Amino acid sequence: MRYDVVVVGAGPAGLSAAIRLKQLCRERDFDLSVCVVEKGAQVGAHVLSGNVFEPRALNELLPDWRNEEAPVDVPVSSDKFWYLTKDRAFALPCPFDNRGNYVISLSQLTWWMGVKAEELGVEIYPGFAAGEVLYDSNDNVVGIGTNDMGISKDGSKKETFQHGVELKGKLTLLAEGCRGSLSEKIISKFNLRRKVQAQNQTYALGIKEVWEIDENKHEPGAVLHTLGWPLDHKTYGGSFLYHMKDRQVSIGLVIALNYQNPYLNPYEEFQKFKHHPAIKSLLEGGTVIQYGARTLNEGGFQSIPYPVFPGGAIVGCSAGFLNVPKIKGTHTAMKSGMLAAEAAFSVLSEGSSMEVYWDFLRKSWIWKELKKSRNYRPAFDYGLLPGLAICGLEHYLFKGRLPFTLKHGKPDHEATNVAKLHTPIEYPRAEGILSFDVPTSLHRSNTNHEHDQPAHLRLRDPTIPESVNLPEYAGPESRYCPARVYEYVPDEKGELKLQINAQNCLHCKACDIKDPKQNIEWTVPEGGGGPGYTVM
Amino acid sequence: MKIMVAVKRVVDYAVKIRVKPDKTGVETKNVKMSMNPFCEIALEEALRIRESGLASEVVAVSIGPAQCVDTLRTGLAMGADRGIHVESQDGLNPLSVAKVLRALVEAEKPGLFILGKQAIDDDCNQTGQMLAGLLKWPQGTFASKVTLDKEKQVATVDREVDGGIETVLLDLPAVITTDLRLNQPRYATLPNIMKAKSKVIKKHTPGDLNVEMKSDLEVLQVTEPPKRKAGVIISSVDELIDKLKDEARVI
Repeated sequence: MRYDVVVVGAGPAGLSAAIRLKQLCRERDFDLSVCVVEKGAQVGAHVLSGNVFEPRALNELLPDWRNEEAPVDVPVSSDKFWYLTKDRAFALPCPFDNRGNYVISLSQLTWWMGVKAEELGVEIYPGFAAGEVLYDSNDNVVGIGTNDMGISKDGSKKETFQHGVELKGKLTLLAEGCRGSLSEKIISKFNLRRKVQAQNQTYALGIKEVWEIDENKHEPGAVLHTLGWPLDHKTYGGSFLYHMKDRQVSIGLVIALNYQNPYLNPYEEFQKFKHHPAIKSLLEGGTVIQYGARTLNEGGFQSIPYPVFPGGAIVGCSAGFLNVPKIKGTHTAMKSGMLAAEAAFSVLSEGSSMEVYWDFLRKSWIWKELKKSRNYRPAFDYGLLPGLAICGLEHYLFKGRLPFTLKHGKPDHEATNVAKLHTPIEYPRAEGILSFDVPTSLHRSNTNHEHDQPAHLRLRDPTIPESVNLPEYAGPESRYCPARVYEYVPDEKGELKLQINAQNCLHCKACDIKDPKQNIEWTVPEGGGGPGYTVM
Repeated sequence: MKIMVAVKRVVDYAVKIRVKPDKTGVETKNVKMSMNPFCEIALEEALRIRESGLASEVVAVSIGPAQCVDTLRTGLAMGADRGIHVESQDGLNPLSVAKVLRALVEAEKPGLFILGKQAIDDDCNQTGQMLAGLLKWPQGTFASKVTLDKEKQVATVDREVDGGIETVLLDLPAVITTDLRLNQPRYATLPNIMKAKSKVIKKHTPGDLNVEMKSDLEVLQVTEPPKRKAGVIISSVDELIDKLKDEARVI
């Protein structure tokens, strides 16, 4: 099947690109066929974000969004920043400026964008996973192939077997979100980071719940961020608590994946966090509506790869445009999609080269914003207090004008210490009111996969879990995975073996990022599986 | 022969449902909806019968709000030839639905009507049976196997019943409702989804068909089941007997 442009991923970046393309087609009276494939069962199903939304890109893309029932209707009403100790909360001067921003559910906004895209003639196909990149004989990308469906665990074809489909595009835009599986392959194949002397990407894992709380505790638009407890000074991260509408609040904990202690369990830290006296009072009497987790980019300016490859480009978090000190990536992801669309349109209508996308990016407000904020996150590699001090200087004094750029530390997977340097952490048991066990939370993510399919989490070397991960690092994958995909269980001989419960997977990509030997490869499972987020 | 299949748009089976705070029903706002799994099986069976040459056309029908069109498009993408949407904002109940389907049967005159045995939202398990009653057609419910004999115009249906499997022979036209083991529904492939866009979906309202969507039942309240209490570890058989006698009062 042939299209002018094939977009992989119906997230904010992919849909912005698709929408912008169709707008340009209308403006210049030059039609292009645009197809978006999405591995989630519906648009928005795999979208998870805090989210305090800066409407800058949306204002440019769909200026009339206020009159078109966009689910962007809770303006930020208060903005607090606390430092937590085990029992207390200390208010700090708020480093954010969220005036003009909105508290939203990104999965809802993405769903709405999908409707808008289809109105403009974009073809969106949820439930189809792009499993491979297609190349021509000159190694140009000519499209993607969707996964075969109906293959059983042992690799044989089931009764329902359907061959994957080749979606050929004159241009292919990869918009898979953070650590996109095809994007990572392309970045590696075409050396896209080395091309611009970019550093390795760094990541964090965000674990989130949406609660419905008591009416009298609910303040629509209230925004809270915390630092400190339960994380120690060597572990970068913090929590967020945003009040949406309908008595719903988003609450989550974000932990940078360059943490050192292999015994750290981000999910349990989040459960612990909810018991803080200043937090639990808000949640008591409420119920959890949805749960989920996703990794996000923290590399910022230093880690942006050259986003153009022969036959296409990378947009959104797959390249990495998240502004870490603002903790926002949606607006830059959307803008990058729009710029890629403008470049793509000029390629297909005037015969220019996709390389203009790189020029557009560097001339845009994305670049100014990310350059200005480039020295915040790396400062924390010196520890929490030095980090805060440097950030204070950057924020109030230098504002990104210092002539040097701080470098990132080791890649996240190399930062984990061996287990013998640390002691196991005792986490309290879930009591079922504020804190929950993983299976209960997983149920709330509406996650499911066709059970009888090959495990999509591949081990490059099947012996490494038992020969390296377990003895040296105490099996960190059994701790950082927010879906309990990885478990070490005794076999018939009583020896611990890695069991992969692929059906639980939330598609967060933490394992692909954090596995010490980079032995775990996240590949895309049969389309339509994975989480079913609707308000995340 | 034409086969009609009724498909219902319900909350997706993998979604964790919750009761609305006002206890009037289950929350469906911002919740993923899909075709009822038993309806998928019904449609799959109809498609297989058509593919074996015993039928010429498969028509999918859905009753409900505007978004039912999405459910019908999925059905068309699986292979149904055309769709009928009876638009109604009112709650669905088996008898009204059966009356709507009867009206459509009188217009379309199919040789077979296949439905899922029940919908996963209300678990009624009544619509197929009521439709058969209204049409005065034979019914083969909980089908785990269907074999058609075109010459003799009969259908042999294996039914999953409490005692095992019961085989019935039905004169056509007949109503069949499908059980889980009948078949594995096919995936809607990308090319078929694209082709489905140009297939016709005809619109009706219950009014056009002279049916009033009213229920004789009024839902008073919907609540979640009581939370399961924690278990107690007991130390001896005597203690177990005491607890069964005095606390659980079952002996």
